[in-house]
Amino acid sequence: MGKTLYDKVWEAHEVRKLRNGQSQLFIDLHLLHEVTSPQAFGMLKDLGLRVRYPHRTFATVDHIVPTHDRTEPFQDPLAQSMLEALRANTREHGITFFDLGSGNQGIVHVIGPQLGLTQPGMTIACGDSHTSTHGAFGAVAFGIGTSQVRDVLATQTLAAQKLKVRRINVEGRLAPGVYAKDVILHIIRHLGVKGGLGYAYEYGGSTVEAMDMESRMTLCNMSIEGGARIGYVNPDETTFRYLEGRPYVPKGSEWEEAKRRWLAWRSDPDASYDDVVTFRAEEIPPTVTWGITPGQAIPIDGRIPLLEELPEEERPVAEEALAYMGFKPGQPIKGVPIQVAFIGSCTNARLSDLREVARYLKGHKVKKGVRALVVPGSEWVARKAEEEGIAEVFREAGFEWRMPGCSMCLAMNPDRLEGDELCASSSNRNYKGRMGSPRGRTVLMSPLMVAAAAVAGEIADAREVFGVGAR
Amino acid sequence: MLEKFTVIRGKAVPLRGEDIDTDRIIPARFMKALTFEGLGQYLFYDERFDEKGNPKPHPLNDPRYQGATILLVESGFGSGSSREHAPQAIKRAGFKAIIGESFAEIFFGNATAIGLPCVSLSPEDLGVLFRTVEENPELEVEVDLVNKEVRFGDRTAPLFIREEAREALVEGLWDPIGELLEAGELLDQFDRKLPYPRRTE
Repeated sequence: MGKTLYDKVWEAHEVRKLRNGQSQLFIDLHLLHEVTSPQAFGMLKDLGLRVRYPHRTFATVDHIVPTHDRTEPFQDPLAQSMLEALRANTREHGITFFDLGSGNQGIVHVIGPQLGLTQPGMTIACGDSHTSTHGAFGAVAFGIGTSQVRDVLATQTLAAQKLKVRRINVEGRLAPGVYAKDVILHIIRHLGVKGGLGYAYEYGGSTVEAMDMESRMTLCNMSIEGGARIGYVNPDETTFRYLEGRPYVPKGSEWEEAKRRWLAWRSDPDASYDDVVTFRAEEIPPTVTWGITPGQAIPIDGRIPLLEELPEEERPVAEEALAYMGFKPGQPIKGVPIQVAFIGSCTNARLSDLREVARYLKGHKVKKGVRALVVPGSEWVARKAEEEGIAEVFREAGFEWRMPGCSMCLAMNPDRLEGDELCASSSNRNYKGRMGSPRGRTVLMSPLMVAAAAVAGEIADAREVFGVGAR
Repeated sequence: MLEKFTVIRGKAVPLRGEDIDTDRIIPARFMKALTFEGLGQYLFYDERFDEKGNPKPHPLNDPRYQGATILLVESGFGSGSSREHAPQAIKRAGFKAIIGESFAEIFFGNATAIGLPCVSLSPEDLGVLFRTVEENPELEVEVDLVNKEVRFGDRTAPLFIREEAREALVEGLWDPIGELLEAGELLDQFDRKLPYPRRTE
């Protein structure tokens, strides 16, 4: 019987069994950011320990970074102190830090792949649940808590429990105007936000094989919203084309050897899975959320469900969502006015996302009264977008072109919703209060759909607003 | 020596709601700090207080449940963000255990690693426990990790928890750092064996 990539990577990284039956798992790459690491360094100090393998640890600053004016000291002294703490901790322990202005600062899950730090067959950990993003490269990558950040700093290992693997096949061709974001929202809508509990998700099938790397990252990024801590795609030629020549990727004779090594991690053709689910690409519409969990999603031309249409166990959360969002059962989602449009976050702030939006946005204007922000995922993405004229397209359309960071996805910086503003957002979470206002409302969708909403001033179908597919 | 969790007794506070995410347990703006100190006061802040800071009706604000040390929740508790701030806030607000139907992976791991047991009951037993506690807030609930049961009133319900987590809690091995460090030289072997990211340009 063959093995999955997950099995192979796990076995290669299992240092030993622990007394309680868990595994001690070696972590190839540890990524740090300013929010979940200072307490870990504090614990390390209390225990009199050092960072064991600083060459395996990389840090950047993303959550608290102001995106409008990054002059230091920041207006928020707490944010400044978190940045200072990370600077001091990385300096003291000899950890590479991609600081503001380094040219490589950015959202931790954008810069890992961009620098080629993220490679197939690796175990990757970071104190952030969207670490699952790196699974797009055939890495076993997962979010950890701060005590585990301490464990990885001190030992480069953590105590872990092996998961089951669910293979998710997506087969066929996506329609124009349908993106990886729609695919993952569709998957979560059907499997549920608890569907992935206890599982790693392996994504495959012809649709996924045809996706570029950045689309695969979007897919894997939101595995966590489906309850799966890990999501991955088997490495292939697409993976290699993306990685070749990046700063941390092997070169010359080592490159061919690396490719051979990476291919060997792929799930065997006869690998056995604990579960297999198949979706058809043609059945996936542009999808938007209407509620307070990422699973509460519907097609753009759909209606908000009637309570009696829902399984009994989903009704209490649906009622709570309707009350919070101020929506009526049976109401079409299209046409709901928005106040804010946000393109950014670790799900959709990569160069390909911005390129795709700019392609259609050119010549359109953001509706008067809508506050529209675009926040590139990294300094590199911002620089490329400037060079390619993408930034100018956004500015001309009336978007605020911001500096890189997590921004209003979780609003730990000054970017946030006010009151009960409704935001069309390319981020990953529509939880109550997520975007900084306890009453703020989030509707998740693809970046192009956010742009359509910004232009229309209401939740809209990008295919209609921009004539997608007609060109 | 770490505390061994065998039997946890106390009043329970019933917190209804499915899929309660860690953003709700501790909103992101309270994470702007270098330590976990004082997080307990911000537990469920936006659900407990209005925008002026006045208390709203919420089980945690209900005088009948003051002093409760066991949190009763429904299913999918702790989904979303990996922030350890969430179980830290619960623990620092005085809770010793959480009883629910199911927990998100990262939340469960974070909670276990700081000595905050999360145990599951069947939906039926959990329903009975919720109703019993809502009718009688003074009721003492016992979480027995040794015999794997929850006792309340004259009822005994089997509890479910991953065996390795249960053992870790009962044996006082829930913080793995000591055992991880014991691997010593073995770690260097892995560091040599596994190619790590090396700058190539």
